[in-house]
Amino acid sequence: MIIAGSPTLLTIAAGISLTLVALSLLLGFIRVLRGPSLPDRVMALDMIGLTSVSMIVLVGVMSDEAILLDAAIALALVSFLGTLAFARFIERRERGEDG
Amino acid sequence: MVEVLAAILMLLGAFFVFVAALGAVRLPDLFMRMHAATKAGTLGAGLVLIAALMVFGTVAVTTKALLAFVFLLLTAPVAAHVLGRAAYYDGVTLWDRTAQDDLKGKYDQAIVALSEGRTEGDCEDAARESDRPQ
Repeated sequence: MIIAGSPTLLTIAAGISLTLVALSLLLGFIRVLRGPSLPDRVMALDMIGLTSVSMIVLVGVMSDEAILLDAAIALALVSFLGTLAFARFIERRERGEDG
Repeated sequence: MVEVLAAILMLLGAFFVFVAALGAVRLPDLFMRMHAATKAGTLGAGLVLIAALMVFGTVAVTTKALLAFVFLLLTAPVAAHVLGRAAYYDGVTLWDRTAQDDLKGKYDQAIVALSEGRTEGDCEDAARESDRPQ
């Protein structure tokens, strides 16, 4: 998948960026696990969605596959709709359990 | 030249994504975390998309990347607003050093209780009714 041969400026930059983005995914996951309330977890999931969009685009740049942009658009759409649905759920659910 | 610019944009975008994640983990209450996560997250993903646009440079990729960027710019504030409102309804505790809470008492739990067992339109009316001052 990744282009073989001598690394170019772009592949090096994409590699460093992918490392940072992977660390961000880890941090977002920590927030999903720790988040004291349900809105915290939903917020973290939304952030993980956006982070995954950047990750997919970076992998697309690194492997020279422009078609991965379509996957990024689809993921952004699904992430947005999922966040909206969760927000409606949080607003309408029965009270009484822990947040 | 374009490659150098694309590499810089890519690194900048990844940096913003990282800062957003750091803020989402470290900041003390939900609304501050959302402030970090949604804004910086959008900027990070947008910069990475623009970098991809520069790398590929074809018409198809440019259109798709711009479309995705505009889509992110349009939807991220909406999602953040809806989620923040729902969280406030839900009674998320604010940071103990919060100085001012302008919404205190305006989004009452009673509104939510009122809306149960009613139709969608009635519920919206009730919410509008009680949002009004006095």
